[in-house]
Amino acid sequence: MVDKIFEQTERIDKKIQDIQSEQKELNVSGKEDKYFENEEKIDHLKKLRSDLLDQCRDLTPEDHVYIARLSNRPHIKDFIGALFTDFFEQRGDHLCDEDEAIYGGIALFHKIPVTVLGHRKGRTVEENVACRFGMPSPEGYRKAMRMFKEAEKFNRPIITFIDTPGAYPGMEAEAHGQGEAIARSLAMMSHLKVPVISVVTGEGNSGGALALSVANRILMLKYAVYSVLSPEGFCSILFKDTSKKTEACSLMHLTADELYQNKMADEIIDEPLGGASFDPVTVYDELDRAIYRNLKELQKMSPSQLLADRHRKFRRI
Amino acid sequence: MTEEYIDTDPFEMCKGCHRRSRRSQWESHYYVCPVCGKYKNVSAGYRFSLIFDNKSFKVINRGITSDDPLNFPGYKEKLRSVKERTHLNETAVAAVGKISGVKTVAVVLDSRFFMGSMSQAAGERITRAIEAADKHKLPLVIFSASGGARMQEGMFSLWQMAKTADAVEEFSRNGGLYISVLTHPTTGGVTASFATLGDITLAEPGALIGFAGPRVIEQTIGKKLPKGFQRAEYLYQHGFVDAIVERSELKKTLTKLLMLHGCKVTGGTPW
Repeated sequence: MVDKIFEQTERIDKKIQDIQSEQKELNVSGKEDKYFENEEKIDHLKKLRSDLLDQCRDLTPEDHVYIARLSNRPHIKDFIGALFTDFFEQRGDHLCDEDEAIYGGIALFHKIPVTVLGHRKGRTVEENVACRFGMPSPEGYRKAMRMFKEAEKFNRPIITFIDTPGAYPGMEAEAHGQGEAIARSLAMMSHLKVPVISVVTGEGNSGGALALSVANRILMLKYAVYSVLSPEGFCSILFKDTSKKTEACSLMHLTADELYQNKMADEIIDEPLGGASFDPVTVYDELDRAIYRNLKELQKMSPSQLLADRHRKFRRI
Repeated sequence: MTEEYIDTDPFEMCKGCHRRSRRSQWESHYYVCPVCGKYKNVSAGYRFSLIFDNKSFKVINRGITSDDPLNFPGYKEKLRSVKERTHLNETAVAAVGKISGVKTVAVVLDSRFFMGSMSQAAGERITRAIEAADKHKLPLVIFSASGGARMQEGMFSLWQMAKTADAVEEFSRNGGLYISVLTHPTTGGVTASFATLGDITLAEPGALIGFAGPRVIEQTIGKKLPKGFQRAEYLYQHGFVDAIVERSELKKTLTKLLMLHGCKVTGGTPW
């Protein structure tokens, strides 16, 4: 399992860090022997680390799920920071509430004004709680819809980032029409007259993910997963037994490769060994190029062509 | 071909009060328990015969059946046994008939088939029914009942939500009338797609309607849910249902709604 590998790489990283800080002091005090000894140690540790990451070449679907959920994986705010400029956050559904589980606004992408939004899980415990770990309420979907409508009005392309365990299963969410909100979002997205590109960056589970990904193009990071339900939920429904997660992950066909084969994902964005968190910049670069290329293609289409293109994508499934 | 309601036992038990009543009594009470008033799930054929004039209707899209897109272990066998047991070949049954003289497309999700779960075939049948209504400019009535997504079909099931929502939106933009009738239980992906996109939304008394299942919500919030939560009456109070309609009144209500949307109805206006 990949988590064991990551435990070891983390320990090694910690050791390297410790030695490196020691090196700074040694450099000043002129203890050269010790200094060179330490340099050798670092080289050795780095070799160990890359050997460990080499083991990540052949991962199971369950490993993909694990990587997709890592909290140090790039999140929506990281992607917006890296790929867009002049971001202006839009908040609230302008009906009754603000839902932090959906984050987005207007920004420039290669000088093109776009609407960018997606699920937000948060990184600190406080953020996690405020965002309900990326599980939106109906207000979140209504906030997204308000942004979709505004984007359409000003003819801005829409880029969405998908990373959610699913829509929030709570009493208030039900009372406020979780199902209706998702349904409206699906219906609205299916008929947007502007290009829509969705990027599945982490886990995309159930209607909560689909509600933001009725797109012309669906890009998936290599270790991202997209499925009908969380593997845990799948187990409890189908097997009445949550210990069969490994089996469930394999049966669900949820990896980027499998979605690509099933013609649901249009493109896979490569990630470094071990996942995006080991070298986010290379992922930003590749994603940037992929979004740009797809956007240019879609911008050549008329509104009716865009609609027909999106309709075809979902109609044939 | 029509779906027949087949049952040979002269008595039937109510799942609510566990009292047994004569079949003839059930029938005259529209399959609402004569003792406690709990609604029994009924077949697609029964629903059609209840709303269509002279119990006459034509089933469409019957040839579309479930495939096994993910090669899911045991799924093919399960499909076969459920088909044998229920005499159905998919959960969604679509038909065309006349409601008080108005030609209408109706779809019923039969919860006896895989709990009414959304499969690729069910989604395709529903979508084609919506497209047929759109093409021939007919009103559309969908009776929803679903446990959610068909897990064995994974993402192929999930994407039926987008497909059906897209079809409803197109139908709606072209001016079509869609009346959604929520029956017990309507949950998951069906609630979060075509079922909640009606121009008019009706519900049967006591029907469980929601996105997340009660068990999942209880696990998440760590407490018991209050009585009546996610029931038709609860949704009515919270503004997601226009009317809760007794089964015996359903045809009358549909007729009234058709009339109010400009359809020429026959048989007077008995409301």
